[in-house]
Amino acid sequence: MHPILKLVSQRIALGLLLLVSSSAMIFGLTEALPGDAAQAVLGQSATPEALENLRREMGLDRPALVRYVEWLGGIVQGDLGTSITNRLDIATSIGSRLSNTLFLAFWAAVVSVPLAIFLGLLAVRYQNRWPDKAISGVTLATISIPEFLIGYVLVYFLAVQMGWFSPLALINDTMTLGEKLHSIALPVAVLTMVVLAHMMRMTRAAILNVMQSAYIETAELKGLSSFDVIRKHAFPNAIAPIVTVVMLNLAYLVVGVVVVEVVFVYPGMGQFLVDAVVKRDVPVVLACGVIFAAIYISLNLAADVVSILANPRLRHPK
Amino acid sequence: MTEPLLRVRGLKIGATVYPPGEKPRDIEIVHGVDFDLERGKVLGLIGESGAGKSTIGLASMAYGRGGVRITGGEVWVNGRDILKAGLRDIRRLRGGEVTYVSQSAAASFNPAKPIMEQVTEAAISQGKFTRREAEKRAIGLFRKLGLPDPDNIGRRYPHQVSGGQLQRCMTALALCPEPDLVVFDEPTTALDVTTQIDVLAAIKEAIHDTGVAALYITHDLAVVAQVSDDIMVLKMGNMVEYGPTDQIINAPREEYTRALVSVRQIEHPEKLHRQASPVLSCENITARYKGTKFDVLKDVSVQLYPGQTLAVVGESGSGKSTLARVITGLLPPSGGRIVFSGRELTPDLKSRPKEDLRELQMIYQMADVAMNPRQTVGTIIGRPLEFYFGLKGEAKQRRIQELLDEIELGKGFQDRYPAELSGGQKQRVCIARALAAKPKLIICDEVTSALDPLVADGILKLLLNLQKIEDVAYLFITHDLATVRAIADSIAVMYQGRFVRYGTKTEVLSPPFDDYTDLLLSSVPEMKLGWLEQVLATRKMESAGN
Repeated sequence: MHPILKLVSQRIALGLLLLVSSSAMIFGLTEALPGDAAQAVLGQSATPEALENLRREMGLDRPALVRYVEWLGGIVQGDLGTSITNRLDIATSIGSRLSNTLFLAFWAAVVSVPLAIFLGLLAVRYQNRWPDKAISGVTLATISIPEFLIGYVLVYFLAVQMGWFSPLALINDTMTLGEKLHSIALPVAVLTMVVLAHMMRMTRAAILNVMQSAYIETAELKGLSSFDVIRKHAFPNAIAPIVTVVMLNLAYLVVGVVVVEVVFVYPGMGQFLVDAVVKRDVPVVLACGVIFAAIYISLNLAADVVSILANPRLRHPK
Repeated sequence: MTEPLLRVRGLKIGATVYPPGEKPRDIEIVHGVDFDLERGKVLGLIGESGAGKSTIGLASMAYGRGGVRITGGEVWVNGRDILKAGLRDIRRLRGGEVTYVSQSAAASFNPAKPIMEQVTEAAISQGKFTRREAEKRAIGLFRKLGLPDPDNIGRRYPHQVSGGQLQRCMTALALCPEPDLVVFDEPTTALDVTTQIDVLAAIKEAIHDTGVAALYITHDLAVVAQVSDDIMVLKMGNMVEYGPTDQIINAPREEYTRALVSVRQIEHPEKLHRQASPVLSCENITARYKGTKFDVLKDVSVQLYPGQTLAVVGESGSGKSTLARVITGLLPPSGGRIVFSGRELTPDLKSRPKEDLRELQMIYQMADVAMNPRQTVGTIIGRPLEFYFGLKGEAKQRRIQELLDEIELGKGFQDRYPAELSGGQKQRVCIARALAAKPKLIICDEVTSALDPLVADGILKLLLNLQKIEDVAYLFITHDLATVRAIADSIAVMYQGRFVRYGTKTEVLSPPFDDYTDLLLSSVPEMKLGWLEQVLATRKMESAGN
């Protein structure tokens, strides 16, 4: 077996194991919280008899392990359960929300990842000179300011004062791609600012580390321009750490957008999750938790796989 | 007279140094050097480390490594002073007119790219050849340099070829853009002798066939004598002597050049052992590393008597350092036993009594990493005195001073830090630390390999002297046959985990030889002109005769 196949399949198996154990953890934690779905439906003033009846009806009187296995079996078949507040199938209601969140995260990534890497390369090229310091300063500032504040500042200037964008990022299926993009421009900008610094600084550090190598000197002595030396010789050897941090930030874009979605009233997963928590809709919270965990784990898994593939020693064994 | 290809006048090179605990200051490392290089000629730059030879070589590409700057003088290449040239012009010079072959091809090739791409890169980006032309040229060079499968080797990645092959690829990289001048910076130093001779021959032939001029930088006079037309001897950034190769080798004028030529002439007749019982006896040792499927040591047996030196010689990967790891207990053997001063050693280091640890000491190749940089010399040497003998205060200080006297460092050294010592002094401190334990056996693992020849000679003389005084036995691991001649009483030649030849020095170094020992001995460069051709011709005749 090719060593890469072996390593990659090991990682995937590990990822699946991680996913199952995190689902168990999410389930266990919601179990440990006081009160359950029956309590949430009937409220604090319900009589013990009514609670008992509803629990039997919802199957909550059975042992937790049985319910966990049943729940997990449902997820594997695409059944995320039923919401207890509106009695709707969760998978259906999450579907559009999730695709909205992914849409937002995708465009934020399309803008921020190339920009971060380019700025990182630029910072290395002009190391310790003013472009490097300017890039570091600006990105550090944007990461230090809380995202809701950046969001409101952008809304105030670009939407309210200038009127270029709508303060609310509302999208629906009847809009064209152009309209959708215009609508989500502000949240994309905020998300970009939040993730840019981390990725840019990691790119810079990883490349600077590689710049100490003897093969960089070889490249310089070939008469290549400084930018070509960095792009062609340093960057390919710094891919693994860069991809790791890029994937971490992508995961953040999907999972951590709650605040930004709320600021722009964007119909994504974040809002959905916040609503469910407020209404103590345990099955929905569970479903959201598992989806977030799956996204997080698969992105990190992808980072691992790319790092393995980026290693020429593994890709081309002796 | 026509304009020479390279003309260097009054070249001065400076650097910024950062001494520990002091302000950074500027120093001059090359103090005004002049030389000319005609087209198609080879000039050897020779000197010990710190002589400024690499720095001068890189200056011909207007390049300074790290904080190194060219502070004065003129460097004319193809009729223009490159120190006054603009960035664009310098970029055309580098990789186009002048190219560079570094000491470690393994580190100088980008691990993430196939070899062909890197070999042809300069020629293509300089616009000298199209990709197709450059690749055709590269394949031709691979063939000329004797690389296996020249048509396809370019598709491989650097880690997929051996060190010697990679060094040839580096030479191809330098020759591919059809430069006027190639700077060879110690191109064979990191290779085994048997590999070195082939690479050296390949480089020499390539220089001859392409008619390129070369600066050949090395610390090994015997090597440079084989390839260069002229030699310049450098010391501490000054020119010592500059003349035709024949004159430098056969009739050196300066004292320093004479010392370099005559280096490695320690006479050491082998001692016959007086005692009947060996201090160390390895019986049928077999060892392998965890998770691997082959034995690194195969059925190795050896005896070493008190006050004697056994040299274990072999190429990298032959298993000689593994033998040291097995004896010290770092790698428990999978078979065989080790008897040390009459008692059997436990295979594992952790279960050995303190007395065994004390009597068996070790000295390493890299003295700087074998010492804690934050401890003074006194602390470093004093530690075994406390640990093994419980010495304290006045007694300890007295003993430290005795040891410092023995390694010829004298007073005032105990308060210094390793960073303040030269390479040779560091190795001496490591020797003193080993001696402090009053061992019966010291394992010396390539202890002179990282040192300049003159300094290495000093270390060898010291070790021989100390052996007389302390009656300590040495197990001397080395790849360098000159070192072996200088110090050994008995020799074991190691190849692929076995002893192919083992006996007293006279026995091992007298014919008839087995094939491997013959190859090894005949590959050591000799300080005479035409040696390389002679050896290659002999080998050709022998292989034709077979």
